Amino acid sequence: MSHGEMTVEEVKKHVKKYYIVFGALLCLTIVTVGISYLHLPSLHAIILAMIVASMKGGLVAAYFMHLIDEKKIIYSMLWLTLVLFGFCMLIPLFTLHGSFN
Amino acid sequence: MSALIPYIDEPHPVTGVTNAKLGIWLFLASEVMLFGALFSTLIIMRSSATDWPAHGSDVLNVPLATLNTVFLIASSVTIVLSWAALKMKDLKKFKLNMGITILLSFGFLVIKYIEYSSKFHHEHFPSTSTFYAVYFTLTGLHGLHVIGGIIANSYLLGPGSKMWLTEPERFTGRIECAGLYWHFVDLVWIFLFPALYLL
Repeated sequence: MSHGEMTVEEVKKHVKKYYIVFGALLCLTIVTVGISYLHLPSLHAIILAMIVASMKGGLVAAYFMHLIDEKKIIYSMLWLTLVLFGFCMLIPLFTLHGSFN
Repeated sequence: MSALIPYIDEPHPVTGVTNAKLGIWLFLASEVMLFGALFSTLIIMRSSATDWPAHGSDVLNVPLATLNTVFLIASSVTIVLSWAALKMKDLKKFKLNMGITILLSFGFLVIKYIEYSSKFHHEHFPSTSTFYAVYFTLTGLHGLHVIGGIIANSYLLGPGSKMWLTEPERFTGRIECAGLYWHFVDLVWIFLFPALYLL
């Protein structure tokens, strides 16, 4: 059902979800800060922090941005963006084995 | 349906979404590439820098940045609650939640100002080192996006809210679009915070 056709009861159910997600985001923020105090090896810390950040980002995208029940065209656009973004993130790997000491 | 721009308050028959929503998502896709390029730069700069703090917490204020994270997450909740209020035809609740969103955004900027002032007081500028160049570029650009969001949200809370009386569906669509932009600003900070302050 699109957001234009939601009843008041359905909106109230969504509002409950927003508060639950808010609580989850606060907990994950505490986890993120806690990870930094563990003084893990650099690579482990980066991977763990990015996993937690991705979980938080996923919650914001799914529930606050309503991506969990969005239309196909939005998903198609975002998949293309993600592929190009992934390529952008891989560029450092291509360059690190070449130019820098 | 508007005579000037079609499908701004009802979904387009082909895409299934309003033109406004499609437009804002396209804009956010371009913003993903902008910040993606800068994050990619952060990785390259960090890997190749000879002088980079072992941990961001050695030189940056983690408690203040954590408070900023809480402010932005809370403002994401309040802006989506302002949209939900309009879906329930409650203009008062919309104004309350949008007002809180803007206040929290100002709180974020106040903390950023405190952080920047402290850095400048200790003579740490973008030109000081690669780390500070990256730090000021990333957080500065993000801060400009926060300011842009405050301007848009303030307009929608103030003179822009008159549209509720004549075109409530279109106004609700505008709030949804403003919310999408604001959630993206929050998303960027969710990744910036650990990348700069904690790792």
